[in-house]
Amino acid sequence: MKDTEGYVTADGRQIGGTLMEMRNITLKFGGVTAIEDISFDIHEGEIRAIIGPNGAGKSSMLNIISGFYTPSEGEVWYKGEKRPPMKPYQVARLGIARTFQNIALFEGMTVLDNVMTGRLTHMTAGIAAQALWWGRARDEEIANREVVEKVIDFLEIQNIRKTPVGRLPYGLKKRVELARALAAEPSLLLLDEPMAGMNVEEKEDMSRFILDVNDEFGTTIALIEHDMGVVMDISDRVVVMDYGKKIGDGTPDAVRSNQDVIDAYLGVAH
Amino acid sequence: MLYRTAGQFKTSYQADQALFPVRQDAILLGIILAFAWVIFPLTASEFTFQTLLIPILIYSLAAMGLNILTGYAGQLSLGTAAFMGVGAYACYKMVTIMPWMNPVVAILLSGVFSAGIGVAFGIPSLRIKGFYLAIATLAAQFFLVWLFEKWAWLYNYNASGAIQVPNLKMFGVYVAGPQADSMVQYFVVLAIVTLMTMLCINLTRGNLGRTWKATRDMDIAAELIGINLMKSKLTAFAVSSYIVGVAGALFVFMWRGAAEPNLFDIPLSFRVLFIAIIGGLGSILGNYLGAILIVGLPVVLNTLPAAFGIPVSSSMVEHLNIMIVGALIIFFLIIEPHGLAQLWRLIREKLIIWPFPH
Repeated sequence: MKDTEGYVTADGRQIGGTLMEMRNITLKFGGVTAIEDISFDIHEGEIRAIIGPNGAGKSSMLNIISGFYTPSEGEVWYKGEKRPPMKPYQVARLGIARTFQNIALFEGMTVLDNVMTGRLTHMTAGIAAQALWWGRARDEEIANREVVEKVIDFLEIQNIRKTPVGRLPYGLKKRVELARALAAEPSLLLLDEPMAGMNVEEKEDMSRFILDVNDEFGTTIALIEHDMGVVMDISDRVVVMDYGKKIGDGTPDAVRSNQDVIDAYLGVAH
Repeated sequence: MLYRTAGQFKTSYQADQALFPVRQDAILLGIILAFAWVIFPLTASEFTFQTLLIPILIYSLAAMGLNILTGYAGQLSLGTAAFMGVGAYACYKMVTIMPWMNPVVAILLSGVFSAGIGVAFGIPSLRIKGFYLAIATLAAQFFLVWLFEKWAWLYNYNASGAIQVPNLKMFGVYVAGPQADSMVQYFVVLAIVTLMTMLCINLTRGNLGRTWKATRDMDIAAELIGINLMKSKLTAFAVSSYIVGVAGALFVFMWRGAAEPNLFDIPLSFRVLFIAIIGGLGSILGNYLGAILIVGLPVVLNTLPAAFGIPVSSSMVEHLNIMIVGALIIFFLIIEPHGLAQLWRLIREKLIIWPFPH
């Protein structure tokens, strides 16, 4: 690990050592190179944003972190160890939870059940105990329900607890999805465009929730977002990607004044 | 008014997660159980046992097994009858090889064999979904029925190629075979079906049920929140085939008394699938409602015109039955894809707030 020291943010929060490190990641689909030789790290307790124009490879990067894609080259280091190629469900069990750009909730289930699925990795009762609803199965249901209810309280969705998710409006669905990811008590929370398609109030709400999650649970958050204003306001450090390459990395202020980033976003005279 | 839930407060999660958080549901179930365990046996005739009560219970169980797989885990199967056949033949082999075996134990164990076969034929589900999986299960359907016909060891080299249920005693009472009493058989079926229903309700509302439903609703998201899809699908195949196998064993041992291989052919698969669809996919109650409709309809069509003195030939009844069931399936697919169980759910919601509209 390169950095175990951490740093202090502009607003005085102490950030821990490296939680995850991407080393020289390259991702190719056939002849197309989606990501080319990108390295960056995520520190414990920080809000790390990945930004870039459409098609820059942000989502692909998130998919590599969550195990959906295996990088063609490069290494993923997590909690000080090199992570071998894994299936997504194994990655989830390492404590990496995520939300999706297009909401991926279980439409046929209630909000409560959806959030409870976030606790799956914490439940170990066998099939016989579950069938009898006895012993460990029942205790687990109750213990995990308590965790879930805390998350539900935190995100202020108590009143829709037993509503089927299919009936909810878009903004609430996004919040339920965040709740499901939080219920897993992840060490690293990945948010894929948490504010896509939201109006200003909903964006403000979501920003507040993201900051609160980071503040109260100390959860490390990596997010992709298009809304530059939001990203610059809430994140501690920003990676900027363009055409699969990293063109900037640093605090929001540093990135804002980076000439390559300005060129990528505003265009450059040829 | 009768279904008012106001005033029923929950002060613990345990109470909120009880089997029936609404008191009236528990009372209603109590009434139904009282009918099933006391009033029906006291009043039913031999005809009622054989044409309504026993087949309804057995078909409900088979549909429940299919519903676990198709309704909860979202894996379409057309091989239900073949898995029922595996249960029936396994039970037959067990009681003929080990005649001292308790018949109920044999029936419950026969599900283990169909669960094994079900898992084997469920392996394609790891790679294929939807219609393609349905075709793969159809292969199981044809292969297994062919096996029942060609593998003489399965039917103990009978000249007829059929299996005959021997007389089987449990605690000194005949429970299967020609000498068994219908009421005894009814109680055996009812006990097993009640037990299975309870286990199914618990499984589907617990962690495994959520795993299945997540797999059904969005498999990619399910995998990314930590569900091992392979495990989720194969447990669904195992549990489903177990229940279907037990239903198959009951089907032959407690009802039909004998079986030829073609009894487990594709029409039976479709019959069980229709029950599950009309009753409601993803519901336990629906299996019962669907079975009552599908099994009860021909009986009603048979007896009703006669009761009014209208002469209807039996072939006419059969045709009417096919037409009505066909129309109902189309009706439900269009109007209420969630089946009879959803109708009951809507009625219940209305009852809870009645007489107010909101």
